[in-house]
Amino acid sequence: MADLGGLSGTGTASQPGLRGLQTEKELKYYTATQAQLIWWRFKKHRLALLGTSILAIFLIIVLFANFISPMDPFTRNSNYIFGPPQKLHFIDEEGTFHLRPFVYGVTNELDPETFQFNTVEDTSQAYPVQFFIKGDPYKLWGIIRTDIHLFGVEDGFLHLLGTDKLGRDLLSRAFFATRTSLTIGVIGMLFTFFLGLIIGGISGFFGGRVDDITQRLIEFTRSIPDLPLLMALAASLPKEWSPLRVYFSITFILALLGWTNLARRVRSKLLSLREADFIIAAKIAGSSDARIIMRHMLPSFMSYIIVDLSISFPYMIIAETSLSFIGLGLRPPVISWGVLLNESQNIKAISQHPWLFSPVVFVILAVLAFNFVGDGIRDAADPYAT
Amino acid sequence: MRAFLLRRFLIMIGMLALLSLIVFIILELPPGDFAERHVYQLKSIGIFVTEEDLLNYRHQFGLDRPWPERYLRWITNIVTRGNFGLSLIYRKPVTDVIGERLGFTAILAISAVILLYGLAIPIGIYSAIHQYSIGDYTFTILGYVGIAIPNFMLALVLLYISVTVFGTNVGGLFSPEYLDAPWSWARLIDFLKHLWIPTIILGTSGTAFQIRTMRATLLDEKNKLYVTVARAKGLPEGRLLMKYPVRVALNPIVSTMGWELTRVISGAPIVAFVLALPDTGPLFLRALLDEDIYLGGSLLMIYSALTIFGTFLSDIMLALLDPRIRQGEKV
Repeated sequence: MADLGGLSGTGTASQPGLRGLQTEKELKYYTATQAQLIWWRFKKHRLALLGTSILAIFLIIVLFANFISPMDPFTRNSNYIFGPPQKLHFIDEEGTFHLRPFVYGVTNELDPETFQFNTVEDTSQAYPVQFFIKGDPYKLWGIIRTDIHLFGVEDGFLHLLGTDKLGRDLLSRAFFATRTSLTIGVIGMLFTFFLGLIIGGISGFFGGRVDDITQRLIEFTRSIPDLPLLMALAASLPKEWSPLRVYFSITFILALLGWTNLARRVRSKLLSLREADFIIAAKIAGSSDARIIMRHMLPSFMSYIIVDLSISFPYMIIAETSLSFIGLGLRPPVISWGVLLNESQNIKAISQHPWLFSPVVFVILAVLAFNFVGDGIRDAADPYAT
Repeated sequence: MRAFLLRRFLIMIGMLALLSLIVFIILELPPGDFAERHVYQLKSIGIFVTEEDLLNYRHQFGLDRPWPERYLRWITNIVTRGNFGLSLIYRKPVTDVIGERLGFTAILAISAVILLYGLAIPIGIYSAIHQYSIGDYTFTILGYVGIAIPNFMLALVLLYISVTVFGTNVGGLFSPEYLDAPWSWARLIDFLKHLWIPTIILGTSGTAFQIRTMRATLLDEKNKLYVTVARAKGLPEGRLLMKYPVRVALNPIVSTMGWELTRVISGAPIVAFVLALPDTGPLFLRALLDEDIYLGGSLLMIYSALTIFGTFLSDIMLALLDPRIRQGEKV
C-alpha cells in the first residue's frame, strides 16, 4: 500500500516541471471559450492574418476617406486633364537625397495636331510632400468641419494616381469609391443575412411541405445565371431615382440572389440540431422554444453563418462593380469602383490612359482579402479540425 | 433509371415554365415602355409627335394589351412554333436577330466549360497528390487570384496587354477582312484565333474553384481504407489512383457541373460587351437599356434554359457515374 503510494509519488516527482506545465497548458485549452479557440486556430492561418490586415487598412480608408485623400473627389484641376500619375522623387537633379519625397511641377498640354496630351515635368519646380496640410474643406462624418488632409503639397498639385477626363484626382476618387463599394457589401450582407436566416429558418423549423417548396425555390434561384438576371433587374430601376435610392435598391437586388447558400446552411443545421441530445435535454428541462433557438441552437452554428457571410462578400463586390462597369448599376455622381472603371471600358481609354484602370487593384485586394479571411474563419470554426 | 430520367425531365419542364413567367414579369417591371422610348427618340431628332401617335405606336407594337395576355401569346408562340416574338428595336423576328450570334454564345460557353474541366481535374489531382509542394502552392495562389479577378477585368487586362505588347486588337471574333465573309477554312482558323481569349476569361474563375474542390475531396479520399486495401493488393499506383479515389472524388465535380455552366453563361454577356464579340451579349445589354422586352426576355430565357438544360445533363452524368444516386432515386 505504502509501496504503491511511493511508486506513484516517484512517478510524478521524476518530471514535476513538465507535468505542471502540461496541465497548465491543458487547463488553459480546456477552459478556453469557443471564441478563444477559434482565435487561436485563426492565428495559425497566415494568409488569413494577411487578409485581416488588408481589411483593417480598408476600414481606415472607409472611415477617414475625406482625411486621407489629398483632394475633394469632385475638385477639377483644369491644368491637368487626363494627367498621368506623378512620380514621387527622393533624389533631385543635383543628386542630393531628400528624406521628404517631392514631386516636380507638371504641365499637360493638348497637342493641337495629334489631339493628345503631352506631359512635361518641370524640374525647376519641386513640391515637397507635406503632412497634415490645409486643402479642400470637408466635414468629417458630417459633423467635424475641417480642411486638414493627411498629405498634399503647397502651391502645386499632387496626383499620385493621375487624373480623369475632368482633371479630378484619381487617388481621392478611389478612396471614396472604396467607401461606397465596401458599404454596399456590408449592407448587402445584412440583407442576405436576414433573408437567409428567415427563409432557411422557416424551412428548417416547419419541415415537411414548406421545406420541400423552399428547397425547390432555392434550386430554382441557383439555376438562373445571376449576372444576366441582375442586369435585367438593375435595368428596371427608374432612371430618375435619387442616387441613394438606386444605391439601396442595387444592394437589395444583390441580396435577392445571394441568400440561397445561407438559407441552405441554416436549414440543414436546424434540421440536424432538432434531434441533438443537448436540445432534447433543454426541452426536457422546460426551456421555451425561443430560448432553445437563441441560447442553444444559434450559438452552435453561428460560426458557419459568419463563414457564409464572409464568402458572400466578394460576390457582392464583384457583382456591384460589374453592374456599374457596364452602366446598369450605380451612376455618377456616385463614386464606386465600378463607376470609376466604367471610364476605362474601351480599348482607346486603356491604351492612352492606362492609369484610369488602377482602381482595379483595390477591387482585387479587397476580394482576395475577404477570401483569405473567409478561409481562415472556416478552418478555425470547424470543430472537427485537428 | 428510366423513372429517374422521367422525373428529372418533368422537373426541368416545370422549371422552364416558371422561369418564363418570372422573366416576363421582370422585363415588365421598368416604368414606361418601348413606345414611350420610341416617341422620345423621335422627339429628340425633331419630329413632332402627338399623344395620339403614342397610343398608335403602342397599339402597333401590341403593347396596349394587358401583360398576362401578352405573356400567354409569347409563350404559346415559343412552344408551338419556336417563334420568340418581334424585336421592337430591329423590327425583325427575335430569332432572326439572334440567329448566328446565339451559336457563338453556345460555342463560347461550351469551349469554356471544356477548358475549365480539362484544366481543373488534372491540376486538382496533381495538387492533392503533391500536397504542400511548390506546384501545389503555385496553383493555390493562382486559383485565389483567378477567383478574385472579375471576368470583365481579366478581359480588360488581356486587351491592354494585347494592345501594348503585341500591338494588335484581339477584340471581336473575326479579323476585319473575315467579318462578313462566308464561312471558309481561313475564316474558321481566324475564328479560332480570336476564340481563345474569351474562352480563357470565361473559364478561369470556375477552374480555380473546381481545382480546390477536386484537391479537397481527393485529399479526403486518398487516405481511406479501401485505397490501402487496393495498394496492399498490389495495384500499380497510377491505376489505383484513377480507378478508386479519383472516381469517387469526381462526384462533387460532376454534380456541380450545372452550376459551372451557369457561372460561365452568367459572365458571358459582360465579357462579350468588353471584347465587342458579335454574340448575344451586346444585344442583351441594348435590349435591356431600350426596354425591348421580347428581345431581352427571349435572351434571358435562353440563357437560363441553357443552364437548366446543363443541370439536367449533369444530373444524368452523375447518375451514370454513381450507382448510389440511381438507386436512391428509385426508392
